[in-house]
Amino acid sequence: MTSSDVTDSQQYALRLVGVTKIFGGVRALNNVDFEVRRGEVHCLAGENGSGKSTLIKIVTGVHRPEAAERMELFGETLDTLTPVIARARGVSVIWQDLALFPNMSVAENIAFDDMVGLAPRGVDYADMRKRAKAVLSKLNVSLDLSASLESLPIAQRQIVAIARALMNDSQLIFMDEPTASLTQSETDALLDIVRTLSSEGVAVVFVSHRLAEVLDIAERVTVLRDGCLVDVFPTAGMTQSRLGELMTGHVLDEKVVACDKQDAPCVFKAENLARRGEFNGIDLSIHAGEVVGLIGLIGAGRTELAHAMTGMTRLDEGTMHLNGQPFAPSSLRHAIAQGVAYVSEDRLQLGLLQKQSIADNTVISVLDRILNAVGLISGRQKNALVCDWVQQLGVKIGEPDDAISTLSGGNQQKVVLAKWLATEPKLLILDCPTVGVDVGARAGIFRIVRDLAEQGLAILLITDEVTEALFNSDRVIHMHHGRIVDTHDPRKISVNELETAIYV
Amino acid sequence: MSDFLRHRQVEFRLFVVLLLSCIALGITTDTFLTLGNLTSLLNNNSVNLIWAVGLLVVLIAGGIDISFAVASSVVQFVAAKVLISLGGGNWVLGFLLCGSVGILLGLINAFFIHRFRIISIVVTIATFNVFFGLLMWLSRGRSIYALPDWWTERIILFEHQSTDGTWSELILPVAVMAFCVGITWLLIRRVNLGRQLYAFGDNPEGARRAGVNIAAMQALAFGWSGLMAGIAALMQVNIVQEVVPNALYGRELEVLAAVVLGGARLGGGKGTITGCVLGVLFVAVMQNGLNLLGISPFAFQMLIGAAILVAISTSNISLGELFAERSRRQET
Repeated sequence: MTSSDVTDSQQYALRLVGVTKIFGGVRALNNVDFEVRRGEVHCLAGENGSGKSTLIKIVTGVHRPEAAERMELFGETLDTLTPVIARARGVSVIWQDLALFPNMSVAENIAFDDMVGLAPRGVDYADMRKRAKAVLSKLNVSLDLSASLESLPIAQRQIVAIARALMNDSQLIFMDEPTASLTQSETDALLDIVRTLSSEGVAVVFVSHRLAEVLDIAERVTVLRDGCLVDVFPTAGMTQSRLGELMTGHVLDEKVVACDKQDAPCVFKAENLARRGEFNGIDLSIHAGEVVGLIGLIGAGRTELAHAMTGMTRLDEGTMHLNGQPFAPSSLRHAIAQGVAYVSEDRLQLGLLQKQSIADNTVISVLDRILNAVGLISGRQKNALVCDWVQQLGVKIGEPDDAISTLSGGNQQKVVLAKWLATEPKLLILDCPTVGVDVGARAGIFRIVRDLAEQGLAILLITDEVTEALFNSDRVIHMHHGRIVDTHDPRKISVNELETAIYV
Repeated sequence: MSDFLRHRQVEFRLFVVLLLSCIALGITTDTFLTLGNLTSLLNNNSVNLIWAVGLLVVLIAGGIDISFAVASSVVQFVAAKVLISLGGGNWVLGFLLCGSVGILLGLINAFFIHRFRIISIVVTIATFNVFFGLLMWLSRGRSIYALPDWWTERIILFEHQSTDGTWSELILPVAVMAFCVGITWLLIRRVNLGRQLYAFGDNPEGARRAGVNIAAMQALAFGWSGLMAGIAALMQVNIVQEVVPNALYGRELEVLAAVVLGGARLGGGKGTITGCVLGVLFVAVMQNGLNLLGISPFAFQMLIGAAILVAISTSNISLGELFAERSRRQET
């Protein structure tokens, strides 16, 4: 080994060469190389199922690869990686669900890994607090150390998870979708912390579906597709659409599709809607075949408005009309019966019955339409309905009787759509339909949204992402502090202008 | 102080209610606030409190145990038979024997819960029936009165004769209870094992990923509950001076009510020794008070049931959380 080889391998926090992992005959990873430099912010990009999680699990020793030419951590070649070895060498993962303890204090959460083990040891709370405080000050954050974790907002819990990783002297931290449930300003604060870590020599591998922030934070991006390495790219000069293409392998048509639908019949009309503490003076009309994007910061009152429009909460003031008829839903059931469908933000918890089958989830909201002569559920009618929607929406499924949890995020979202479309709505409200959905599936969902609009459905699209609103709606409504502050025509405004209008 | 109140809300509230009940009973009866009544209250509830701290550990670890009272009956019966066949034995042998049979019964629960992934309430209802059925079958329901002398002898720690001539005293089980409370506090607050129990009860998946040994945690929680059931068994015989197979049947619910009143959460991750002690004292005072006021014992049973329902329905969401939730929603 020459001296240049030594410095070469010293410069890397992690080097994997030729890693292959097979699950039941499927190559989850096929001869993949992955390198992270010390102190680098590196992004791991790929669609769901591209092998990102498998790669993280190999680095952390959860899975063993079938083949690996070479595995190196901080210049040291390792034959095998186990969770214990990985942690001892300074590798940690901040899982998407954070894996923290809600009832424990902040200090205890940060220092919890010291507690693990069966050899009895005393607990020194003062020392614990001291060390937790030291780690937090390294991150330039101050938190109430004795507050219970559950009393903190999600963004601060994220910081606790990072502090916990640092407590273990981690030099390589994987962050799995850390920004998925953060607001823009919280995301910015998190990205600042990532930069701080990086400047102190900690390497951070960032996994995110939000390509904008990936390009913002990372120096290099490794792109995986179908278990194979596409390549490693510097982020300088990379665009979101180019990265999306690399991940999916085909050109994504992200362009403005807006057209004027004001002449079409008005499906939904609201005047002066108000609900105390949530929103005020909302006038809104949605025409047949129109997609209206509703954008604003988290907390602008968009979801609250949707809840009131669907009878889940009461309006304090205002009137609504649906197809020219007065519309005052007393409950969600009532709203559904009148032809309004609402696809919730939190599909995993609220939109689907995770343990039930794909078929049962699809028909849950229309059980009364698939009854046979004696009033029991007809299996034949159910199957016909399910097959119909699976085909129309192009859901990739095994059997209709498989549990919904066997589907990927994007396909689950399609089943939620199918469930609501089965109610034959006139107005469809989509609340952040692509949270946690990857680029390819996202494009698929919006293709469906366009198709539905073309069939004459009126659609209200609530979204956090400027590009999503801009490229998929006919009009963009900007909501702020419970009021509609502006309406934009996507054909007349650029992404940057719209971003500035919303975030600044 | 404000920090203390924030973290010990349930305990503080319970303490206030307990204090008010004591004052009310002191005014309405002339027997409640006498040294004699208070010491006998402690004597009579020492067994409940020993069980309670055992149950607390199980609740913290996210489980529930219905079988501990009946397990104590089994321990008493086995210990009586073995000690008599050994010609008597002594306190050391008694503790060792009762403790280990108790732990064994607890580990049976832990085994089924962990090995077959059955929820603990189902397992312990089943073992409750198995233990009790087996005991009644083998003992033919007969009580044992011929017990070794050391076991039934009253050991008095403190006695006092008041001016009217009545005696008040504290007996051995009170000291053993204090020891059990202390050692359980050490386990759950001061040792890493206890903190892992909290973590496991709070977020089992998070604990597993952090490397907490789940099987060991189940064994520790139910083994501890079993150990306490064994010690409670030994002490209960010392108090009543006989082994009656069905004497403890049904006591588990009042202990459960006491522990959840003290703020231990069904679902895991939450619960303190202070709350547990206050809960047992509150239930004891309630029972004693109803008794002194001449109200039917069935009223007590009804109150226990109601207390469990109220504690369960409010244990997941406190009023404060409800309001916090609402104001957070309004911000958004």
